[in-house]
Amino acid sequence: MSNTSRMRTPIAEVRHLGSAKSGTKHAWHMRITSAALVPLTIAFVWIVLTLVGKDYNTVRATLGAPLPAIIMLLFLLASVYHMKLGMQTIIEDYVHGEHAKAWSLLGNLFFSFAVGLACVYAILRISFV
Amino acid sequence: MAELDTRPVNPALNRPLSPHLGIYRPMLTMMMSITHRITGAALYAGTLLLAWWLLAAATDAKSFETAAWFMASPFGRLILFGFTWALFHHLLGGLRHFVWDMGRGMDHPEREYLAQGTMIGGVVLTVLVWVAAYMAR
Repeated sequence: MSNTSRMRTPIAEVRHLGSAKSGTKHAWHMRITSAALVPLTIAFVWIVLTLVGKDYNTVRATLGAPLPAIIMLLFLLASVYHMKLGMQTIIEDYVHGEHAKAWSLLGNLFFSFAVGLACVYAILRISFV
Repeated sequence: MAELDTRPVNPALNRPLSPHLGIYRPMLTMMMSITHRITGAALYAGTLLLAWWLLAAATDAKSFETAAWFMASPFGRLILFGFTWALFHHLLGGLRHFVWDMGRGMDHPEREYLAQGTMIGGVVLTVLVWVAAYMAR
């Protein structure tokens, strides 16, 4: 936007007219993870299905094999990032108090990282220990 | 001199609101939008169950038995059935969003077909997967 012809500062043009932060990146990352998650979710469901009712050693042998382990890791990384973005949108839509919003967003970030890391750690431990 | 608007952003400002849930007659497309968000939030919580199962398998046989016992219990199966449905419903809802991203499926009756497809497809896929799981036992 050219600011030479008028004396108005850009901030005055956009103030109270909505956010100008990182919404585009958020929406695009949502699409990317969605696209990745279509095949990954189907593969994930298939892997878990074959493990229904199986004993401890069989489950470990399957989840620890390279292909299922890599598919599970990809699924976990994509879905944890996807769900972090999704919950962020829900929080931004419904939590309006500035403090409550900040704490909720922080909690969302911590929860997503913790769950994601725990799952990834579990897959790696099953694979290598 | 330009007037710099220094008012703090105040949510209590009397701004016009866009039409919201309370004034619409319930519609299928609206319901699919709401369930997309609800299933997303449910899947968010459901990752705790996945983390528990994976960590149990990573820990020892005894921990795994406990987790596997819970998953196989009637309550556990009910949760897993709901988890499966939420997963497929949300996945189909995502595909619907991709159709919209391409600029298609927003008119009548396409949007209704998409909504019906999401609703029915989610249930059908869930039942198929569970039947397959039981048959494979």
